[in-house]
Amino acid sequence: MGGLQKKKYERGSVTNYITRNKARKKLQLSLPDFRRLCILKGIYPHEPKHKKKVNKGSTAPRTFYLLKDIRFLLHEPIVGKFRDYKVFVRKLKKAYGKTEWTAVERLKENKPAYKLDHIVKESCVLTAVPFCGKCHVETIQLCRRLTVEWMNYVIASRSLRKVFISIKGIYYQAEVMGQLTTWLVPYQFSHDHPTDVDYRVMATFTELYTTLLGFINFRLYHSLNLLYPPKLDIKAESELKEEGDDDDYAMNSECYLEKLSALSTSLARVVSTAEDEEAQLDKFPVEEEDLEKMEAREMEQKQLEAHKKLFEGLKFFLNREVPRESLAFLIRCFGGEVSWDKSVCIGSAYEVTDETITHQIVDRPNIDKQYINRYYIQPQWVYDCVNAKILLPVEDYFLGVTLPPHLSPFVEEKEGDYVPPEKLKIMALQRGEKPAHEEEEEEEEEEEDDDEEEEEEDDEVEEKNLKKLEEQRSQGKSLSVKVTAGKVKVNNPARMEQDEKAEEKRLAIMMMKKKEKYLYDKIMFGKKRKIRETNKLTAKRKAHDDAEKSKKKTRK
Amino acid sequence: MEESSSRSTRSNEQRKEMKKVLEKTVKKRSKEEEEEQEQEEVQIFNFKCTKEEEETKEEEDLSDSEDSVFSGLEDSGSDSADDDEEEEGSDHKGPEKDDLKIEDEEEKRGTETEEKQDDEYKHDSSDEEDIRNTVGNIPMEWYKDFPHIGYNLDGKKIYKPIRNKDELDDFLDKMEDPDYWRTVHDKQTGSDIVLSDEQVALVNRLQRGQFGDVNFNEYQPQVEFFSQDVMLHPVTNRPADKRSFIPSLIEKEKVSKLVHAIKMGWIKPRRTEDDSRGRYYDLWANEDSSILAKHKMHLPAPKAPLPGHQESYNPPPEYLFTDEERALWEQQDASDRKLPFVPRKFSSLRQVPAFPRFLHERFERCLDLYLCPRQRKMRVNVNPEDLIPKLPKPKDLQPFPTTQSLVYRGHSGLVRSISVSPSGQWLASGSDDGTVRFWEVRSSRCMRTVQVGGAVKSIAWNPNPLVCLLAVARDSVVLILSPSLADRQVVLSTERLLSGQREAESTEEVGPVTWSDAEGEELSQGITLKIQHPKAVHQVTWHAKGDYLASVMPDHSSHLQVFIHQVSRRRSQNPFRKNKGLVQCVSFHPVRPYFFVGTQRSVRIYNLVKQEMTKKLQANSKWISSMAVHPGGDHVICGSYDCRLSWFDLDLSTKPYKMLRHHKKAVRSVAYHRLYPLFASASDDGSVIVCHGTVYSDLLQNPLIVPVKVLRGHVITHDLGVLDVTFHPTQPWIFSSGADATIRLFT
Repeated sequence: MGGLQKKKYERGSVTNYITRNKARKKLQLSLPDFRRLCILKGIYPHEPKHKKKVNKGSTAPRTFYLLKDIRFLLHEPIVGKFRDYKVFVRKLKKAYGKTEWTAVERLKENKPAYKLDHIVKESCVLTAVPFCGKCHVETIQLCRRLTVEWMNYVIASRSLRKVFISIKGIYYQAEVMGQLTTWLVPYQFSHDHPTDVDYRVMATFTELYTTLLGFINFRLYHSLNLLYPPKLDIKAESELKEEGDDDDYAMNSECYLEKLSALSTSLARVVSTAEDEEAQLDKFPVEEEDLEKMEAREMEQKQLEAHKKLFEGLKFFLNREVPRESLAFLIRCFGGEVSWDKSVCIGSAYEVTDETITHQIVDRPNIDKQYINRYYIQPQWVYDCVNAKILLPVEDYFLGVTLPPHLSPFVEEKEGDYVPPEKLKIMALQRGEKPAHEEEEEEEEEEEDDDEEEEEEDDEVEEKNLKKLEEQRSQGKSLSVKVTAGKVKVNNPARMEQDEKAEEKRLAIMMMKKKEKYLYDKIMFGKKRKIRETNKLTAKRKAHDDAEKSKKKTRK
Repeated sequence: MEESSSRSTRSNEQRKEMKKVLEKTVKKRSKEEEEEQEQEEVQIFNFKCTKEEEETKEEEDLSDSEDSVFSGLEDSGSDSADDDEEEEGSDHKGPEKDDLKIEDEEEKRGTETEEKQDDEYKHDSSDEEDIRNTVGNIPMEWYKDFPHIGYNLDGKKIYKPIRNKDELDDFLDKMEDPDYWRTVHDKQTGSDIVLSDEQVALVNRLQRGQFGDVNFNEYQPQVEFFSQDVMLHPVTNRPADKRSFIPSLIEKEKVSKLVHAIKMGWIKPRRTEDDSRGRYYDLWANEDSSILAKHKMHLPAPKAPLPGHQESYNPPPEYLFTDEERALWEQQDASDRKLPFVPRKFSSLRQVPAFPRFLHERFERCLDLYLCPRQRKMRVNVNPEDLIPKLPKPKDLQPFPTTQSLVYRGHSGLVRSISVSPSGQWLASGSDDGTVRFWEVRSSRCMRTVQVGGAVKSIAWNPNPLVCLLAVARDSVVLILSPSLADRQVVLSTERLLSGQREAESTEEVGPVTWSDAEGEELSQGITLKIQHPKAVHQVTWHAKGDYLASVMPDHSSHLQVFIHQVSRRRSQNPFRKNKGLVQCVSFHPVRPYFFVGTQRSVRIYNLVKQEMTKKLQANSKWISSMAVHPGGDHVICGSYDCRLSWFDLDLSTKPYKMLRHHKKAVRSVAYHRLYPLFASASDDGSVIVCHGTVYSDLLQNPLIVPVKVLRGHVITHDLGVLDVTFHPTQPWIFSSGADATIRLFT
């Protein structure tokens, strides 16, 4: 055999990957710069299928990047900017060292800056999940502005779908251009700044996301015919000005953001259009099969419309102790009117004394002066209503009442999953059923349980009897021969069939191949674990309910 | 009290200062204004009042000023106790009460005036030299014993005023003299000076921080000499320098350096922000393609999981941790935890605090996004029901035994072996209790019991329906039993077969195996022949024709493991010259002259005519326990102690066509049905599994194997369950014998 000798690790998957250090050397960047570049360009390490092959036979832990990705980075203009910046820092240091202040000034004026526009253009918009973890750098102001703009867009487009108060913050989910976007807003407290967090990394991410969000906002605003940067509706603005002196709150420049973040005014449009042009589905001549689908779609559309107008016609007033921004955002998203105390924030529309207020949101045990013609409710009502897509009865949310649990709207229970009873209740309300008397339900449930248990017991008794008979038969000699009246064993045909099927299945399982059996066992194990967890939750709930009941009784 | 006192001290200080200023101004101006002393005008210091009020005001003022005098002194070096005293004094000093207090005050005053004089020395500065008295800046008390107080410019003595005022006079003055408030004591001359109105006004102006001159305009327009305007005439008369005509060399150097740097591109002109399009614009206006999305290997980051009910600030009570769960959570390593946080319940929204690990979580997400290697994992969503193979329903594969219908009892030891007569009427069983029992199948009656005098290892009924013989392996002897449980003709033919052997016997040479006739009692029990082997026999099996009998003596070391006996000629032979492994079981091919030998790992098939090995089947199991050959002869099943049953298709391969792992414990015995497509396996787990196994005559079609029934009934004793299993020759019935000393019939 002639030809060149084949060398190991020169073809195959090894040629597709490059280790991090090699990539860094190829790009001639320092590690922090390389990392920044990776963050900005969205390059991430890949895990090769056969690590040992790619690692040239070694099993040392290494991270691998795709060679194509790195080649792609080679042509990135921002790499040049990074180098420029490095040079700039060097020059600046030198100038400082020589105390040439004019040079320092001149250099500072020409500090190299880069724009991330082209990068944003490349990156896939939809993969980036915006997050509002605020970084403690100068960009906070920018972040705040973008967030507020985003919220205003969501209000204007009425695209909020779900909201959830968790212990970490408040989750919102909006449907923007058919894409579900979820974001988390932390509670408005100062967060302690842990030392084991690399803020440079966070800053780089923030840099990217602010640019990205800016462009997204621009695009979204234009899709709604809104001006960007957003301007408040002039009419509304003038009203605002009449009402309260802006000078009380802030400088003119700051005032804009404040007003925008008050979320109380609608935005100015490029073309003043009729308020709600309802996108009606055009009716195409369709075949019968599609007809059902169409109908279902129409129904969905209708529901969505109804959901969007959930709070229409309601007038809210926020007490000063409730989270104003979140609630104002929510209520405005679903068409309600909202106001707050003048001293809390700019942009309050009406006073507490307004007679037309329908709901006042209060988060304190009781309140001194109450108006008769409005409901005093706790803030959770608003959130629960949004998730339930209906106006829930307010009785459970009055002042001083123990609130019903707040459920996550993101959990979609499949068959066999545990469903908290509260969710069942809400689902019943959604179907339009009247809430039945609770205790009756409970009693029924208990009865059902009892029945099942009895059945099981029956089975056991039967089996025991059989066993006894068997034993007696096996000890044939000692058995005194005696004929006893036989009991007629009722054959339950359904049950027999079930048994037969179960046995069939068991036998079929015996015939499975080893691989499939393994997989099957694994799946079944997972299922069983799920069932176990469900049962555990049910048991816990039951114990809790029983404890509550007994407590009630003793109190009585 | 405290507050008021501090306030009063503050006011006192102010007043004191005022007085000082007053004194100074007096010193300055007294020279010019000595003549105007006599003028009298009544005006209150700070405010204009009516005459009536003036009196009282004055009094208050006076008392205050007194106060101020010593309080100021006290301030310089005293503690607050004195202050308090003062306070009291001032408080009590209402206009009605002062009679009582006067004497006290006077005493105090005496002491305090001395201090005052001490103090005064400090505040004088030599800058403001007073020239009326030429003694200079000396303490005036040096002159207190003299009638004069110093010398004027002419060298004449300046005499003190004739009558020195004592305290009483002073007080009276204070009370009576309306000008007392504007009277100032001139230390230099020792005389009292009453300030004129102008002087008081001046003092007021100075106190207010205004210019002393009333007519001075502080807002006069300023004339700027050196302004940016080019003037017609030079401001100065100085002739211009030469350097103002000649360009500067240093500057030139500097400029040339800059120019050079600019030329070389070292210095760049100031960057101008290109904000023509605004900070943001429609980035995706032209095209909406992203490079990364086109990239084939691009793996989008997995989305962060959405929160569940546990994360709620007010979760349903079942999601909260119990104490044990909480303890477990705390013990666990952070990576092992199911939830990264402890669910908590807050009764209202205002009580929810900031989440302490919020930043950490965000940071971890960031790290995951750019540091975590990504790999595409194919997750198939398998419906477990789809994994279960679609088999024909057992119902459609009937008949097969389904229920236990009879139990044969009588043995007292474990029943090792059973065998059914070819007619299907009788069942023979051999047990460890040393008996062989014959049962009628349908009635479960024990017809005969034969004591063989040792544990029966194996038993086999002659498959020839024309003879009624039974081979029994007991220790190292194989007994041929003639139970005479058949009609007369059969019994006769059996006897003929056995008697025919006797003639041939004489010709046989002596080998390892000896044949002998049974005698006496044994004969009466039906034992007709005894075949003595060198070692313990484990298994006996008949050839289908019923003339040949094979026996197995497992032994590692010897080649004498298998013997084939011919009953009609009373001959035995050892077919193998070499030891090829521990022989477990043997079997004859039902039709052709093949002989199957099951060793520990494999099954060898020998052609008896050609006297050679034709095949070696690899069982892929550790230890074969039993073997059965399909009545068609093309298929073999092997049971092994490692719970497997392997089905060999001899036409297909030497590897098993199918491995069945149905049993949980060692498989003890396997059997084929002679007529029906059924086979069964018995195991130590106490179960007998009946499978349907259709064999097609078409070679291309693989046999169909379907388990149809799991039969249970035997009780596991001493870890042994079912020891032997055999089918009824004609009916779809199955017999099984177990370690619980019973035999069971399933129909």
